[in-house]
Amino acid sequence: MEQIPDVPKEKFKLIHDENNSEQEKIGTPSLTYLQDVRRRLFSNKVAVVCLTLLSIIVLISIFAPLVAPHNPNAQQVTLSNLPPKLGNLNIPGFNGYQNMGGKMVDAYKQVGAPKDSFYLLGTDYLGRDLLSRIIYGTRLSLIVAVLATLVDLIIGVPYGIVSGWKGGTTDTIMQRIVEIVSSVPNLIVVILMMIILKPGLGSIVIAIAITGWVTMARLIRAQTFQLKEQEYVLAARTLGESSTKIATKHLIPNLSSTIIIQTMFTIPNAIFFEAFLSFIGIGIPAPNASLGTLLSDGQKAFRFLPYQMWAPAIILSIIMIATNLLGDGLRDAFDPQSDD
Amino acid sequence: MVDEREKIVQVKNLKQYFNIGKPNEVKAVDDVSFDIYKGETFGLVGESGSGKSTTGRSIIRLYNPTDGQILFNGQDISKIKSHGPQMKEFRREMQMIFQDPYASLNPRMKVKDIIAEGLDVHGLVKGDEERDKRVRELLDMVHLNPEHMTRYPYEFSGGQRQRIGIARALAVEPQFVIADEPISALDVSIQAQVVNLMQDIQKEQGLTYMFIAHDLSMVKYISDRIAVMYHGKIVELADSDEIYNHPLHAYTQSLLSAIPVPDPAIEKTRERIDFDHSQPFSDDQSLQEVLPGHFLYCNAATAASFK
Repeated sequence: MEQIPDVPKEKFKLIHDENNSEQEKIGTPSLTYLQDVRRRLFSNKVAVVCLTLLSIIVLISIFAPLVAPHNPNAQQVTLSNLPPKLGNLNIPGFNGYQNMGGKMVDAYKQVGAPKDSFYLLGTDYLGRDLLSRIIYGTRLSLIVAVLATLVDLIIGVPYGIVSGWKGGTTDTIMQRIVEIVSSVPNLIVVILMMIILKPGLGSIVIAIAITGWVTMARLIRAQTFQLKEQEYVLAARTLGESSTKIATKHLIPNLSSTIIIQTMFTIPNAIFFEAFLSFIGIGIPAPNASLGTLLSDGQKAFRFLPYQMWAPAIILSIIMIATNLLGDGLRDAFDPQSDD
Repeated sequence: MVDEREKIVQVKNLKQYFNIGKPNEVKAVDDVSFDIYKGETFGLVGESGSGKSTTGRSIIRLYNPTDGQILFNGQDISKIKSHGPQMKEFRREMQMIFQDPYASLNPRMKVKDIIAEGLDVHGLVKGDEERDKRVRELLDMVHLNPEHMTRYPYEFSGGQRQRIGIARALAVEPQFVIADEPISALDVSIQAQVVNLMQDIQKEQGLTYMFIAHDLSMVKYISDRIAVMYHGKIVELADSDEIYNHPLHAYTQSLLSAIPVPDPAIEKTRERIDFDHSQPFSDDQSLQEVLPGHFLYCNAATAASFK
């Protein structure tokens, strides 16, 4: 065994002092919680890009009547199925040329379109401007997504918290209601809605309102069950904090990641649900456009006029990816521990 | 000899059952009675699942007791309404320090808001300035740097977090504090730090503690009197020296024999006393004062044998 060398006592120096407050210094700036959240969100480059993209899309949808170059429902049958054209610039893909029987021909000249008329994303089979239709369609899809999210947040979250927090008989009754509601497929709800309502935005929104919040309520309930046994919630109770305050101060901040992740699923689901209903013909009625109807129209002519489907599909994909990545960023931003 | 002291908490025949009437009914606390005197530290020890934490939580009314009385300063608090003004008053007088320093602080709140939670609930401070000042005082009292009030809990170590929990409990200036295994999740060196801090504050403010733990040596160090719990019942209650020197109940003897001694010579010969868990209680037994201030869960004949 190695011998420990004999070191005289004087050679030791006290470097750690119990009462020295310096050693307990932790250096980070002092900000409020929301300032912290904003700082963390903006330090995440991906989230900032997604936030910008989504903001642009949302702004364009809000100001659709001002932005759209044409009336989205105005038909000009003579100018049908024109390819994209950007002014008189000769950019490949945006020059109005189309492959017809192996030859590239200027489709605009062929149908005798006025010299100065051009359609940035082309026209559909009824000669309607595709760009305007996509702008209006995005607007409609986003309305559906926002309403579905609101239903999730306004019904789903409080329902789950109450059910989980109260527990016992209240929870049993509330969960039976959830099971009954979730056992009715929402397609059936929409079809039944047709009896009293015209097909359109109203019946889609009501169908989502009736059934859409169920998953959120279940997830929140399960999480609340876990959280209410946490010692910081018990501590709040021993301090005499009211249940409402506990819900807003302790439960919701700690549920935020679940809420955000579930919302990120709700938004695409709602958009797809609307698209699906429109696709099978009981969604948004013609001539109004939504991303769903545009896709279903585009799909019919995809082999010959692929641009009619590409454009709405790209927009839909961008919305999906951006909401998902922004959701990730938000989730991290709300968690103090994800810092730096 | 103990009777002239003022009683702050009197627990009488406390019962706390869960899932009553169902096949999985649990008698977590089964007919427990004891008194806690003002200014003392009352230790409650027992193995996992013996009901010691449940007893603490029933006393502070995190649970609604199934039966029995809890007198706090002479007033029965076992049946006051959960959200009444009486309850709010009571919430100021009795506080709790929790076991897990990682679970007892909300990770989404700043230290200052965690500590000030009680101040806000009871309206003890006016305005942000006074609130900050009070939080600084409290942090200073638990030997934490007041500059840390804007940090999040995850930035602190276990011992520091536990001290934040202590500051939170003391913010409302309680008379009686239940410490539910406050040191079992900490390193031994930090345990001493926290326990000494608790004792200093007790001296300064004249607090009464109920100290729940399973670490017998630490309980002996901090407690004036000790109750030993087993299967929801108190089997023995006496002054801490008395319990350690003259354990009467077989279970207490078994527990004490299990304490390791930091001396290999003694450890070599230390003998574990086994306790027969098959039939711990019989119907004719109850908690009786067999010697002055020394209570034992036994039948009348055993009690008489000590007199």
